[in-house]
Amino acid sequence: MNDAFDIRNMESHIEVHKFRGGAIVGAALLALMFQAFVPVYFAKAAMIDLPLLITIYFGLSRRNPSTGLLLGMVIGLLQDSLSGPTVPLGLYGIAKTIIGYLASSIGARLDTEHPAARFALTIIFFGLHQGIVLLTRRILLAQSSVWFTMHLAAAAVVNAIVAVFLFALLDHLRKS
Amino acid sequence: MPGIPSRHKSIFLLTGVVLLQVLLLALQIKRDSEGRLIRVWTVGAFSPFERAGNHGIGHLRETWRHYFALQNASRENEQLRRENDELKMQVNQLQSKAIEADRLELLLNFHKSHENVPMLGARVIATSAGTASATIMLDRGSKDHIKKNMGVITPEGVVGKVVEVYDNTSEVLLLTDKDSGVGAMLGNSRVQSPVGGAGEPLLVMKYVANDDTVNIGERVVTSGMDKIFPRDLPIGTITDIKPGNPFKSIRIRPSANLERLEEVIVLLTLQPLQMNQETETTKPSASVATKAGETAKPSPSAANKPAVEAAKSPTSGTVAKPASATATPAPVPASDNAAAAVKPE
Repeated sequence: MNDAFDIRNMESHIEVHKFRGGAIVGAALLALMFQAFVPVYFAKAAMIDLPLLITIYFGLSRRNPSTGLLLGMVIGLLQDSLSGPTVPLGLYGIAKTIIGYLASSIGARLDTEHPAARFALTIIFFGLHQGIVLLTRRILLAQSSVWFTMHLAAAAVVNAIVAVFLFALLDHLRKS
Repeated sequence: MPGIPSRHKSIFLLTGVVLLQVLLLALQIKRDSEGRLIRVWTVGAFSPFERAGNHGIGHLRETWRHYFALQNASRENEQLRRENDELKMQVNQLQSKAIEADRLELLLNFHKSHENVPMLGARVIATSAGTASATIMLDRGSKDHIKKNMGVITPEGVVGKVVEVYDNTSEVLLLTDKDSGVGAMLGNSRVQSPVGGAGEPLLVMKYVANDDTVNIGERVVTSGMDKIFPRDLPIGTITDIKPGNPFKSIRIRPSANLERLEEVIVLLTLQPLQMNQETETTKPSASVATKAGETAKPSPSAANKPAVEAAKSPTSGTVAKPASATATPAPVPASDNAAAAVKPE
């Protein structure tokens, strides 16, 4: 009896989604590519944290906290690796591990298919992700950063809007 | 995990995974080279795709520009547009020639001042994958004789320095990164102070005493004290000055457009650049510079701080090696892109 089966028993109205082979890996790698490549041409695109959105989406859909947190960890560590030597391995790794876990846990308890729910959850997770990154930088790396800026608030809204459309797109990767 | 209820397994897993990454972070803080291997693997795996994407986008742009965008024009408009285009083209040609002449003049002057400094043009193929750092990835690496700590510039000004080198790519820490720093001085008063990034588009100048005269719009140039960049390369322009205690808070807009870099120049040397060859070269303000030895007037209250600060910062600190340990690389073949043309003979 695995976790997913338990969840199905407890919350019989919540559906656990399966995806086509390679969909999760492909989407995660594409997101990382986008994050590293597109801002060369469109600087404002750096505002969108596509690896985070992918972590949230698959966390909410798979609804298995273990796989959610492991996916978040892998995506986060790869993002750390592509962020240059000034970003230590683990900065995004820790944040996305926790987000992956929370998204999966929430996905197992709530219906997160509605665009409004996805919009709100993305804003919350984005804020939480920034908070964890900031805490890690302050506590572990002794680097100072500001807690809140208008740019961050705008980034949260932009990411949430992108998430609504991206999640609808990713829904097509589900096995029917 | 025997004895652990199934629903708590994921919490234990979460705790374990987070603790593991905290440990990983701690190891990196203590030993800077940790994690190097995974970086090499990841960058090695991603850079071919980034290169391919770069070429693909380039082709798409060209195709769109030369075919699709023009296909929809009607004949009548085409005739008028042609005439208009010819005129525009003449203006653009003149403008671009003027811009090119300025750029070449800058480069020529730079070469004259530092004839012994080999350079290499490089194309930007990727940026940092997160907002926690400001780095760019170049399409040139150790195979092109690029080494860690080499300075990176554009004709407009200083860009940053090489912080990681792989076989075919290298990573550059931009001036805007929090960990960045460069030896600098004010264009007019020649007061020296390091300039660093603040994780935002503007740079910060530290250690300028309140009694030093600084004006908004004043140019900030390299001081050469960091032993990476030659003196008088433009860094930026002062946009904001606030009094502070004990130093002023000065913000600078970078001369180089660090948010839209496509091609850069790597200074292919790790030897401290000669400063006794400085002439009245790069910019009008350079004419203010006097001979070496009586050059920059250090801020009285922070006479030694700029050098100390610059030595500490990642952008400049590691260059304080003995010159003998860092030989000048051998000349390399000319690059296929335009910026590579700056490589001296």
